[in-house]
Amino acid sequence: MRATHCAFLLFACIIASGCTSVSPWEKGTLSRSEMLLTPDPIEQRLADHVYFAKEASSSGSAVSGGGCGCN
Amino acid sequence: MRNTISVLLLGLFFCLSTLINAADKGGQAPNVALAELNGAEAGETVNLADYQGKLVYLDFWASWCGPCRQSLPALNELRNTLENADFEVVAINVDENLDDALDFLEKHPVDYPILLDPEGNSPGLFEIPGMPTAYLISPEGEILHTHVGFRKGDAEKLEVLVNYYLTEL
Repeated sequence: MRATHCAFLLFACIIASGCTSVSPWEKGTLSRSEMLLTPDPIEQRLADHVYFAKEASSSGSAVSGGGCGCN
Repeated sequence: MRNTISVLLLGLFFCLSTLINAADKGGQAPNVALAELNGAEAGETVNLADYQGKLVYLDFWASWCGPCRQSLPALNELRNTLENADFEVVAINVDENLDDALDFLEKHPVDYPILLDPEGNSPGLFEIPGMPTAYLISPEGEILHTHVGFRKGDAEKLEVLVNYYLTEL
């Protein structure tokens, strides 16, 4: 049981080491168009429209904005 | 029980520590020395302290920052309106790639000095909460006002604020 806990903790530590905080001024690379899940904004808008219509919700898939932390 | 409270307090401390900014209203603006991109001292290292004696609007911007497309032209207009006053806009660009900044400035040219900080050390010193963030700094180097983001109508509010401090200081 103890070994399982240790293994779980070790695994959690390894996973957590991949986490990092990105400061607002370091988001230049993240804001590049190739970093978008859907590079085409019109296609994304259409997909969002269909999603919101099907799910009867609005702005449910993601937050809007470029991620600069300003709004 | 005591351990649980300690852990909760520690968690709360870590959560709150992210909300504290290094450069806040009433504090002294950290001094930064950066290379100037344009103007009379292009290519030379400029200290923020060199602007002491003037009311300074220090603006952190980047080419990828959406609101900066509005803020740079608005600040340029404000700066040119108050050209004869003891006021200057100083911008710090944080683009990692200089060409991105140059492309942006070709579309949105400005007359005020732009300092380059591709390593992002100065926004780290100020611990800016978002992009763009600007600080209104008194002639003595005290932070009078912090402005995060840039929305419609902000230019007018900023002009009122700058004129107020120009007459008060």
